Amino acid sequence: MAVTVKIPAQLRPVVDNQATVSVNASGTVSEILDALYGEFPDLKDRISENGELRRFVNVYVADEDIRFGDGLETAVADGSEVTILPAVAGGC
Amino acid sequence: MAVDAPQIKSTSTEQCLKCKECGNEYPLEARFVCEQCFGPLEVQYDFGGLDVAEAKRKIQAGPQSIWRYSDFLPFEEQPKSVLATGMTPLIHATRLGAYLGGLKNVYIKNDAANPTHSFKDRVVSIAIAKARELGYDVIACASTGNLANAVAAHAAAAGLDSYVFIPTDLEEQKILATGVYGTELVGVKGNYDDVNRLCTELSAEYDWAFVNINMRPYYSEGSKTLAYEAIEQLGWEVPDRVVAPIASGSLFTKLFKGYNEWLDVGLVDGKTPIFHGAQATGCNPVATAFENGNDFCQPVKPDTIAKSLAIGNPADGPYALDVARGTGGSIEQVTDDEIRAGIKLLAHTTGVFTETAGGVTVASLKKLADRGEIDPDETVVVYITGEGLKTLDAARGTFEKYEIDPTVDAFNHFVPTPVTA
Repeated sequence: MAVTVKIPAQLRPVVDNQATVSVNASGTVSEILDALYGEFPDLKDRISENGELRRFVNVYVADEDIRFGDGLETAVADGSEVTILPAVAGGC
Repeated sequence: MAVDAPQIKSTSTEQCLKCKECGNEYPLEARFVCEQCFGPLEVQYDFGGLDVAEAKRKIQAGPQSIWRYSDFLPFEEQPKSVLATGMTPLIHATRLGAYLGGLKNVYIKNDAANPTHSFKDRVVSIAIAKARELGYDVIACASTGNLANAVAAHAAAAGLDSYVFIPTDLEEQKILATGVYGTELVGVKGNYDDVNRLCTELSAEYDWAFVNINMRPYYSEGSKTLAYEAIEQLGWEVPDRVVAPIASGSLFTKLFKGYNEWLDVGLVDGKTPIFHGAQATGCNPVATAFENGNDFCQPVKPDTIAKSLAIGNPADGPYALDVARGTGGSIEQVTDDEIRAGIKLLAHTTGVFTETAGGVTVASLKKLADRGEIDPDETVVVYITGEGLKTLDAARGTFEKYEIDPTVDAFNHFVPTPVTA
């Protein structure tokens, strides 16, 4: 089983400058991220703190903000796309 | 159209970008999030070298636009812009104050009186000036409408190409008033938060100046000028309270920054105003967090007529909460019916026709007045950020129109009752 994770420009240096990373893991967002941290240890502190996502990090599963789902426990279906993006954008 | 004359800054204000979360510093470049913690970056000034008397003299002798405040904006030299923005009227709203129970000093800052009829002209002026300084040829934005108007117009005036991304269901008036400037207009099937997410991704792929993404630290500084102008127009006084709309929370937090900068450097005496934010019940993530005592905002799916405030995932929400709580203020929420009533109340008592966002703000002011929170002698500045002609549907069906034959008898048959509030 594989999930594609889209990496924002700001984080690409810690994932060998890749825009997307294929992760062989299954289950929840939390489990996908843990697998990603295993491969790229420097990523962990950049987007998480005390086991939670930092407050200005948004994560989407299949284009839906995980805060509309179960947060880090949101299920990720096989073949779907996880997107990490900075929250500080847009607005007035 | 006035072209502001270039003017060299005479006062030294060292600047950098600083992370609001962890304090990391970066040079003034096209960057909007901290590489270490993803926190937002904000322009940081060192006003230690500022000659206050000289700064005040320069402001008063400056152009009738936001560039009179260039010592407090992130540029080495005063930029030029073709569409002069700012110095919009501050109206002493005596009839509105009387209607609200005898409030003597309610002031309406009517920022619809800008080139594209909203406060977005301010932030876009700053963003485009910075984009040109950094060498960009293409300007872009994710917009709920007012920003679209401003980006398209100011890019056209500057001779730059632009791409404007909007939700497809935007009010027709805002779409027409954007396309007319010759921008590349892209309707995105989704809500504003979808548009914003798309643009955040595109900003990594295209070397463009996205005014509210990679230019955001500069763009947002433009909102401070709404605080500076109010202080000047009140005769160098700080108001006791401000009421302002909240979408992402950027305007709200930058008003706070603007008032405090001038208090801190000593340009004006007094204390920080009490800050009241205004949201629509149909898009209330910040108001809900305020009521629940949370320091984070759970995103919502917007469903409100106040489309210019329909940001379900507010980037500056946590900071807006800090401002409201830290000043002893509040964040109000009002229904669509209250928004329509707010538009009508402002129109009937001041002659100012505002868009739905202004209806949210006036309805929130009314809530505060009804609760007795405002002392009759307090000075209250109410920020009206956009023009009623852009959201005409909100006025439809809110009044009666008489149709008569062209005879005196026909007219005399109707004796319309006065409509004043």
